[in-house]
Amino acid sequence: MSALPISRREFLKVTAIAGGGMMVGVNLGAIGEAEAAAAAGGVENAWIKITPDNKITFICHRNEMGQDVHTSLAMLLADELGVDPRKVTIVQAGSNPGLYINKLLGGQITGGSTSIRDAWEPLRQAGAGARTMLVGAAAAQWKVSPGDCKVENGVVTSGKNKATFGQLATAAAKQPVPKDVPTKAKGQFTVIGSNIQRLDGADKARGKTVFGIDAKQPGMLYAAMQHSPVIGGKAVSFDASAVEKRPGVKKVVNIGDGVAVIADHYWTARQAADAIKVQWDRGPSAKVDTASVWATLDKAKDRPGYVAGKKGDVAPVLASGALEATYMCQMLSHATLEPQNCMTLVTKDTIDIWAPTQFPQGAEGTAAAVSGYKPAQIRIHPQFIGGGFGRKLENDFIAQSVAISKAMPGVPVKMIWTRPEDMGHDFYRPPSLHVMKGVVKDGKVAALSAKLVSPSVTSRAFPSAVKDGNDPFMTEGLANFTYDIPNMELRSVIEEVGVRVGYWRSVSNALNAFATEGFIDELAVSAQQDPVAFRLAMLGTQPLQKAVLEKAVQLSGYTATPPSGRAFGVASMECYDTHAVIIAEVSGTASKVKLERLTVVADAGVIVHPDQAVAQLEGGVATGLISTLRSKITFKDGAVEQTNFHDFQVPRMSDVPPIQVAFIGNRDKPAGLGEVGVPLVAPAVANAVFKLTGKRIRALPLEDGGVTFA
Amino acid sequence: MPTTINLNGKPVTVNAAPDTPMLWVLRDHLGMTGTKFGCGAALCGACTVYVDGVPTRSCVTPLSAIAGKKVTSIEGLQGKVASAVQAAWDKAQVPQCGYCQSGQVMAATALLTKTPKPTDAQIEQAMQGNLCRCGTYGRIRTAIHDASKQLEGKA
Repeated sequence: MSALPISRREFLKVTAIAGGGMMVGVNLGAIGEAEAAAAAGGVENAWIKITPDNKITFICHRNEMGQDVHTSLAMLLADELGVDPRKVTIVQAGSNPGLYINKLLGGQITGGSTSIRDAWEPLRQAGAGARTMLVGAAAAQWKVSPGDCKVENGVVTSGKNKATFGQLATAAAKQPVPKDVPTKAKGQFTVIGSNIQRLDGADKARGKTVFGIDAKQPGMLYAAMQHSPVIGGKAVSFDASAVEKRPGVKKVVNIGDGVAVIADHYWTARQAADAIKVQWDRGPSAKVDTASVWATLDKAKDRPGYVAGKKGDVAPVLASGALEATYMCQMLSHATLEPQNCMTLVTKDTIDIWAPTQFPQGAEGTAAAVSGYKPAQIRIHPQFIGGGFGRKLENDFIAQSVAISKAMPGVPVKMIWTRPEDMGHDFYRPPSLHVMKGVVKDGKVAALSAKLVSPSVTSRAFPSAVKDGNDPFMTEGLANFTYDIPNMELRSVIEEVGVRVGYWRSVSNALNAFATEGFIDELAVSAQQDPVAFRLAMLGTQPLQKAVLEKAVQLSGYTATPPSGRAFGVASMECYDTHAVIIAEVSGTASKVKLERLTVVADAGVIVHPDQAVAQLEGGVATGLISTLRSKITFKDGAVEQTNFHDFQVPRMSDVPPIQVAFIGNRDKPAGLGEVGVPLVAPAVANAVFKLTGKRIRALPLEDGGVTFA
Repeated sequence: MPTTINLNGKPVTVNAAPDTPMLWVLRDHLGMTGTKFGCGAALCGACTVYVDGVPTRSCVTPLSAIAGKKVTSIEGLQGKVASAVQAAWDKAQVPQCGYCQSGQVMAATALLTKTPKPTDAQIEQAMQGNLCRCGTYGRIRTAIHDASKQLEGKA
C-alpha cells in the first residue's frame, strides 16, 4: 500500500563537506525547510558520508528493532560502493521524510516488511554513484581512464596508483554527478547474499547497545505516570499533596490521559505517581468489555462491506448448499519487552526527542501538534528499539513525553512506563470475525466467500488512506489470495468496537490467513482429499506458490497418513511479495498436544543476508505462536484485564519447537520477510490439531478451544 | 541513606532509598544500563544480575537486601565461561532486537558454570524464566551447547 505514490525520477544529491569529504544522498524531492533545519541542528541529512579520515558513514534511514536493517541495508550500499560493510559506521537518521521517505508506505516509516524492498534500487544507486565519482576523482588525479581503475575494500587502484576513498572524497565531491549508473545484476553481488555477522550483534550480547530506555543526557530527570484506567479517559482532578514534598519530587503534571510525576530518580517518580489520588473521567470506552466487542462485530456480519477480491458469481453456487463456518481471532498486546519510553528536552526554540520509534516523521508531527512548535524546531533522535512489532509506530508515548517535558523547560526528562501500563495502554491487534462459506463439487472448490469483520487501524492512524470502506491493511490476506477458484468473493467490513487497535506484526494477513487456511482445510476434508493435494490443485496459476508448497512437503516429511498420535498441518499464502508455506508437525492426544517441529519455506526473491533472513522467519514463527497458543487481551469495564507476563503469556523457550527454514526461488529482487513468518503459524497448527484430535478449533488462541500445548 | 555493595569487584556506595530495586540503582543511580527493565515483577528475566554468584531478578530485589553483598551485572561479567558464552552468542548470531540478551547471557553463563554439559531439558529449565519476545530460543539453545563444547575442549 502506498499512500503517496511517487513516480518522479530519483536523482543523486552530492555535497562537499566543509572540512573535506563528500556526502551522497538520493533526493526524493520535497526537501526544504526541514532539511535545512536538520542540518543546522547537527542531524545528518544524507545517506553516505565519506570523510578524509577514511571513515565511511551510512546514515541509516530505517530503525533497528531486531530485523537487521542496519546490517542488511549497509550490505546493499557496500555491495555497490565497494567497501566491507563491517567497516561502515552506522548513524541513525532523524526525521527527514523528504530524504528518507519509504515510498512503499508513503512516510518515513519502518514497517510493512518494506525496508529492503524500498531501499533496493535507490540505496544501491547511491552507492554506485558515489563509487563512480570516487573513481572519477582517482582517474583525473592519475590521468588514466576510469575504466582502468579498480575498486576493492574502499581502495581505488590503477597500476601502481592507489588511494583510499577517504583520500579521494574531497575531490570526488567536485566530480560530475553521474546519471543512470547501472547497478549490479544478480550474479555479480559480492556482499549481498553473504553471511557477515550482524553489525549490532556483539554489543547486544554484552549489554552495550543503547536502546531508547537507556538514552542519557546531562541533568536528566525521570517521569512516571499514573494512567487513566481506561484508554481515552481523562484525569479530572488530582490530589498530590502526599507526594509533592517528598525529597526528589520536582513537579506533578496533569497531561490529560494521566498524571505525571517528575523526579530526580525513577523510583522516586514511580512511587510518587502510584500514590497520587486521581479523579478519572473514564471516557467513551468505559463500558467496553469483551462480550460487547464480540456482540458488536457479530451484529455487523451481514453488512456487505468492501469487495477485496471477486471472481465469477458466488451467490447461485452457495445457494445450492454451502459449508459455513465462523472464525475468530482474539485481541493481542504487542508486549514489546522494552516498555514504552521517551526522553524530551524542550527549550525556548527547540525540542529534542530521544525515543525508540518506528516512525520518526510521525514522532516529529506529534511533537509539533502537542507543543505548538514548528516541525523545523523539532529534532528526533531515534534509538535502538527493544522490540517494535508495530507498537512503536504509535506516537502516544511521544506526545506524553513532550507534554511532560514542556512543564520542565530546559531539562531533559525521561518518561518510562511500567509493564502493566504498557499492557493496559496498547493499540491492540484488532479482534476479528470471519464469515466463511464454501461449496465443494467434484472434489474441487466451486465457490468460496470470506468476510472479515473487524475494527480498522488505518481509520484512526492514517484516515485519508481509507476510502469507500476500504482499509487497505484489512484486505491483506484477501487481496493477495492465491487459489484459483471459479467463483469467489472476499470482503472486509469495518466495525468499530470501542477498543484502540493498532498494526501488529503481519496485520490482517494473520487474521485472514487463520480463517481462509483453516476453512480451505475444512473444504478439503469435505471433499475427502488430502489438504496438500487439494491446495496444489488450486495453484495452477501460481507456479511460485506451488513450488514452495512442494518444497515444504518434501522438507517436512509431510504425509497424509502419519502414524497414530502424530499429525501434520499445512498453511500457504503469499504476503509482502513473498510466497510462504508453514507445515506444523504435532504429536499427542485429544487434549494434550506437543509441537514437534515447524517447517517454513519461502520464496522471498533475492536474499540479502541469508542467516538473518532465516532469523526473521524463526522470530516471525515465535510471534505467530503468541496468537496461536494461549495469549489474549480481554476487557472489563473499559479496562484491559491483563497486566503482565503471567496473564498475557508470550512463548517461553519450552513453547517454541524446532523451526527449520528453507528459501527457494530465482527472482531478481528481494521481497519482504519481517512479517512473513507470523500469519501461517496459527492455521498450520490448528489444521495439525484437527488432524491429530478431530477437533476443528476456529477461534484463537487454540487453548481456549479445549487443547493444551505441552 | 548510603548503602555499600560490591559491584563488579569494586566497592560502591549508593545514596538511594533502601527499598529502591537494585535494577534502578544500577540503571539510574549508577548509570549502568546493560541490565534491562522488562516487567518489574520477576517474570521476564531481562534484569538478571548475580548476587553472591546466584542469578537474581534485580527488579524485585531492594537495595537493602544486597547491602554488603557481591553483585555482578552484565558490565562486569567476565571469566572463561562468560567469554565462551558470548563467543557462542556471536557465532550463532543470537540477538535480534537484543533487549533480553543481557539477561539471557547472564542466565546461560550461570547455567554453564553450575552444569558444564547441560541437556536440552536442563537448558529449558534454566532459561525458562528469560523471555525473548523476538523468539531467539532456538539459537540460544544452540549457543549454550556450543559454549559447553568449547569449554570442554579447553578444559
